[in-house]
Amino acid sequence: MGQTTGKGYDYRFSPSIHRPLLNQTVSQNNLSLEATGLECIRDDRTLFSDLEFTLNPGEALILEGRNGSGKTSLLRILCGIRLPDAGSVRWCGTDITRLGPDYHEHTAYVGHRDGIKLDLTPLENLAVARALGTPGETSPTAALEQVELYGYEDVLTRNLSAGQQRRLALARLLVTDSLLWILDEPFTSLDRRGIALVESLLEQHTGKGGLLAVTSHHAINLDNPPVQTINLSA
Amino acid sequence: MTSDSLTRAFALLLKRDLLLAMRHRAEMINPLLFFVLVTSLFPLGIGAYPELLRAVGPGVIWVAALLAALLSLDGIFRSDFEDGTLEQLLLSSHPVSVLVLAKVLAHWLVTGLPLLLVAPLLGILLDLPVDAIRILMLTLLLGTPVLSLLGAVGVALTVGLRKGGKILSLLVLPLYVPLLIFAANAVDTAAAGLPVSAHLLFISALLVLALSLSPLATAAALRISLS
Repeated sequence: MGQTTGKGYDYRFSPSIHRPLLNQTVSQNNLSLEATGLECIRDDRTLFSDLEFTLNPGEALILEGRNGSGKTSLLRILCGIRLPDAGSVRWCGTDITRLGPDYHEHTAYVGHRDGIKLDLTPLENLAVARALGTPGETSPTAALEQVELYGYEDVLTRNLSAGQQRRLALARLLVTDSLLWILDEPFTSLDRRGIALVESLLEQHTGKGGLLAVTSHHAINLDNPPVQTINLSA
Repeated sequence: MTSDSLTRAFALLLKRDLLLAMRHRAEMINPLLFFVLVTSLFPLGIGAYPELLRAVGPGVIWVAALLAALLSLDGIFRSDFEDGTLEQLLLSSHPVSVLVLAKVLAHWLVTGLPLLLVAPLLGILLDLPVDAIRILMLTLLLGTPVLSLLGAVGVALTVGLRKGGKILSLLVLPLYVPLLIFAANAVDTAAAGLPVSAHLLFISALLVLALSLSPLATAAALRISLS
C-alpha cells in the first residue's frame, strides 16, 4: 500500500508518476525487469544457473524448455513467490524482495493453477482479483466481454469448461492495472480461437508499453513486440 | 495505494469467504455438530451425577470447543492453496497480514461464533449455574478468536504438506493450552461465586497478543509454504 517517502522507497514507484505509462508507448525509461546470475536448485539438481536478462517496456520474454527444465520455477522467482538460490531479480534497479507489495502492485501472475474460486461466479472472482491488485480502468464486465465470456457472468465457475475457466483466469490480467504480466502456459486447454484471442491481448499489452514473461509449449505468434527467447534446456 | 483500497480489499475478501462458506453449508455445520455431540456424550457416559457434571462441565465444553476449532482449521487456507488463490493473495499489492486477518475473521464468524451461540444450551445440559454460563460465553467470546488466530499460523505452516492435518494438531494444541487453563478455570471460579476478572484480563491479553502478532506470523508462514 503506502507509497510514502517516509518508508524510504524510491519516488519512481509513486503510482501517480508510474501509472500513466501504460497508456503511452514508452521506450526510454529506467522501468525494467532485470535478472542477474539467477540460479535455481531443486532436489539437488541445478535447473539453471547464471541466467541473465533485461526486459524493457514493450518487450516480451518467452521461456522455452522441456518438462521439468525450470520454466515454472523461473516464473515463480520472477513473481517473488520463490527465492532464487543465487542471483537477484531487480525491478527498476531495486531487488524485488525489498520491494514486496510495491513490486506486486505492478505485476500480475497467472500460474499453473487458475487462481479462481470454482464456487464463485466469474464476476465475483474478478471483483476480488481487482481489489487485491491495482484496480484498472477495465471493469469486470468489460473484461469478461474481452475474453468472450459475456453471458456467463452469473454462472458458477465450476460449471464452465476448462478452456472457459482458463480464459477467466486470464481476464484477471485485464481488471488490474499491471505493467508486468507473468504467465505460465497461458494457452493450456484453450481452443484455436482462444489462443488467437489471448495472443492479441498479449500484443495489446506490450503495445501499450507493458512487459511480458511467458512460458509455452505452443509456438507463440506475437507480431510486433521485440521478443527475447530463453531456452532453459539448452 | 491508499488505505481506502486496502479496506475495500479486506471487505471483499471477507465477503468472498463468507459467500463461499454459505455455498458449502454442510462443511460449515460440521464443527458445530461435533461440538454439540462431543459435549452431550459426557452426561451419557458419566451418568446422571449433577455434581460431577458441574465439576467437569467447563473443562469438557472448552476441550470440545478446542477440538471443534481444530477440526475446522484446515479450511482456512487449504482450498485456497489448491486452486491457486493463495498465491494471488501473496502477490497482492496489499500487506498479506491484513488480508490474512480478513480470512481469519471470516473463519471465526463461520466456526467460532456458532459455538458461542450454542454454548448456553450445553451449559444447561451440564447443569452449570447461570453465572457460570455467562462467564462461559464471555470466555468463548474472547477465546474462540484466539483459536482461529493461532490456528491460522499452524495451517499456514502445514498447508504445503500433503498430510498437513496430522502435524497441525501437534503444532497447534500446545499453543492452545494456556487459553484452555484460564478459560476453564474462569468458568469454574464463576460457578463457585468468586470474581473472575483476573482470568478474563489474562484471556483478553492473549487475544490482543494473538491479534497483533499472529497475522504477521501467518503471512510469513504462508510465504515459506508456497516458496
